[in-house]
Amino acid sequence: MEPVLLARLQFAFTISFHIIFPTLTIGLSAYMATLALMAQATGKEHYRRLARFWTKIFAVSFAMGVVSGVVLSYELGTNWSRFSVAAGNVVGPLAGYEVLSAFFLEATFLSILLFGVNKVPRWLHSLSAVIVAIGTAISAFWILSANSWMNTPVGHEFRDGVAYPIDWYAIVFNPSFIYRLGHMLNASYLTAGFVVLAVGARFLIAGRHMDEARTMLRMAIGLLCVLAPLQLLLGDLHGLNTLAHQPIKVAAMEAHWDSHQPGDFHIFAWPDETAELNRFAISIPRGASLILTHDPAGRFSGLKDVPANSRPPVKPVFFAFRIMLAIGFVMIAITFAGALLWWRNTLFTSHWYLRTIAQSWWIGFVAVLAGWVVTESGRQPWIIYEIMRTDEASSPVPGAAIAVTLVLFVLVYGLVFSFGIYYINRLIAKGIERPLGEPPEFGPPLAAAMPLGRNA
Amino acid sequence: MESQLSLIWAGIIGTAVAMYVILDGFDLGIGTLSALAKEHTERSQMIRSIAPFWDGNETWLVLGGVGMFVAFPRAYAVIMPALYVPVIVMLLALVIRGVAFEFREVSRSKRLWDGAFAVGSTLAGFCQGVILGNLIGDIRVENGAFAGSPFDWATPFAIVCGFGVVAGYALLGATWLVMKTRGAVAERAREHSKVLLMVVIIFMAIVSLWTPLAMPRIAERWLPNILYLWPVPLATAAVAFWGWRSLANGREVAPFLSSILLFALGYLGLGISTFPYLVPPSLTIWQAAASPASQTFMLAGTLVLLPLIFGYTGLIYWLFRGKANPDESYH
Repeated sequence: MEPVLLARLQFAFTISFHIIFPTLTIGLSAYMATLALMAQATGKEHYRRLARFWTKIFAVSFAMGVVSGVVLSYELGTNWSRFSVAAGNVVGPLAGYEVLSAFFLEATFLSILLFGVNKVPRWLHSLSAVIVAIGTAISAFWILSANSWMNTPVGHEFRDGVAYPIDWYAIVFNPSFIYRLGHMLNASYLTAGFVVLAVGARFLIAGRHMDEARTMLRMAIGLLCVLAPLQLLLGDLHGLNTLAHQPIKVAAMEAHWDSHQPGDFHIFAWPDETAELNRFAISIPRGASLILTHDPAGRFSGLKDVPANSRPPVKPVFFAFRIMLAIGFVMIAITFAGALLWWRNTLFTSHWYLRTIAQSWWIGFVAVLAGWVVTESGRQPWIIYEIMRTDEASSPVPGAAIAVTLVLFVLVYGLVFSFGIYYINRLIAKGIERPLGEPPEFGPPLAAAMPLGRNA
Repeated sequence: MESQLSLIWAGIIGTAVAMYVILDGFDLGIGTLSALAKEHTERSQMIRSIAPFWDGNETWLVLGGVGMFVAFPRAYAVIMPALYVPVIVMLLALVIRGVAFEFREVSRSKRLWDGAFAVGSTLAGFCQGVILGNLIGDIRVENGAFAGSPFDWATPFAIVCGFGVVAGYALLGATWLVMKTRGAVAERAREHSKVLLMVVIIFMAIVSLWTPLAMPRIAERWLPNILYLWPVPLATAAVAFWGWRSLANGREVAPFLSSILLFALGYLGLGISTFPYLVPPSLTIWQAAASPASQTFMLAGTLVLLPLIFGYTGLIYWLFRGKANPDESYH
């Protein structure tokens, strides 16, 4: 295989693995901070026990995020050395600010959170949770700024193939940045919300920790009622921004070939890149035009506007976009159903609903991965949009070396991931620690009705 | 002004790398030593003495890598492809030993992750030594890009450096245990420290003789200037002697401080040998520099944030000062 393709595979694999954990830890840290503040404000031990429980799960996923993130900070050089030379002046400082303003902050205050409970006053312990949450968001701020600049590069000039910064404000707040940041942060909170929802439901089904489980469900549904619809709005704004700055990416998302025709919204289609048309399309006529231009007769760029070698791969972008969108609607449906049940006072006893949400902890992660496939595959064949091509950006490393290390990455990450999931599951199964002397709680109705539930 | 900017940045990155080598050095070294622990509780005692610190320690490695990308992108773009294999293996080793911290607390069979912790820590240290050896030696560069083959790094000198760094980290780790633990673990660490101190001195002597003999560039740096530079080897010998005495006299903090100083002096010696090259003999800090606008933009933030980082790094070490409590774990 070609070295460039191998380098891309390796990078895609390692960065996809990585993004799973920050997505969770950005969201969970905000949840832990909320719990810590509520415990501080109300003095209820209940919130503190919940915070402690989630802190353990946070610690395992944070460790996986840290180690897989260290890899990325070196992989830019090992796999994309020509990109590093071309874009180092611009992208480098953004990554540098991330390290200086976020990584040390997170590492330090996480240690206080994990090990300092008997060493620091309670307010400082609670404050540490807040600082960790802020640190994760700062980290997202800088790295998404760097990524957004690669999608919508401004504020620089190119001389002899090297970018030189002119206007840092324009670089940091480049045209797609705020949309991407909002969309991704909200995605993290959503993803963590669904994880909390699932764990709460799991406890209710098993009849354990009923009090804490109800709190988890109420807090999660309350939050998701706002965030899930908000994500639809943020996604739409992000899409319109992409249409303005990267129209060909949008054409691939919609599998829209001809800019002289209005765009249909394809619920399903099989884009044929050689024939430049869609097969088996089931479409809402003019749907895409309506969404993107707010006019059923509106026109927007089609894939055929650019030569074939300047188009992104259509199938991954098209299908990933549909997966993300479908999950977005599923999330809204689950959330509203929960709110309705809550309103009718049957939330904690609706068996079918608890079962459904206990099984849907993963949907946020899939949506996030799909979203990144849309935006990163959709940027191709450019590494810096319309400035530098991905195949001009690789390192002078032979394919064999990349292939061997790729296999190593797959093996090691596969092992780490499997054990990580297994151990997180065990932490959940172990449940929430109760203070010494208090009898373990066994729940009434659902557990009795479901003998298997107790082992869940 | 521009040339001073690059000097300042070389200083910042040099500091980050030194912080990394000393801080992560002792916790990687404890990984190596954990293989020699007699039983699981002893191993837990060792590992829990570093649990609150390791994550922050490793962040200095990210700062070193990213700092190089920020300030000297051309050097970053040569070094990473040239040292592709040892860099990636080091990263994988760090992945394994990093997750082992958490996993060993949760897993029922401790063997797997205890083993992974020891092997990963040792392998990471070895790779870092190999990388160091290559940054002292020569890397083949044409037209500003690496022009060698994927196994150019595997020189005898680099392998010797690999073992040297493993021994050095183990010395840092052992003296840390002398300071932070009690009982059998601390006593054994004291015995290990004495042996390791001798081994490290031997490795330092080998590198100090090998480099000027094999690399004329380094001989030309030291020999004509020996009038000014002789305090460096002398101080190294004095520090080694101090370390030995403090170990023999049952001191608890001095051995760790002396091993830090020993590292700092070795680091200074290597700096004298290679300055101003980042990629000897082709790229100096000025040739590899980022645009002044980028270096300045980053410097502004660094001058504010780096002191803050020193501040809360200090806070953590102060908060968890004294002997580590072997029973303390949040799990």
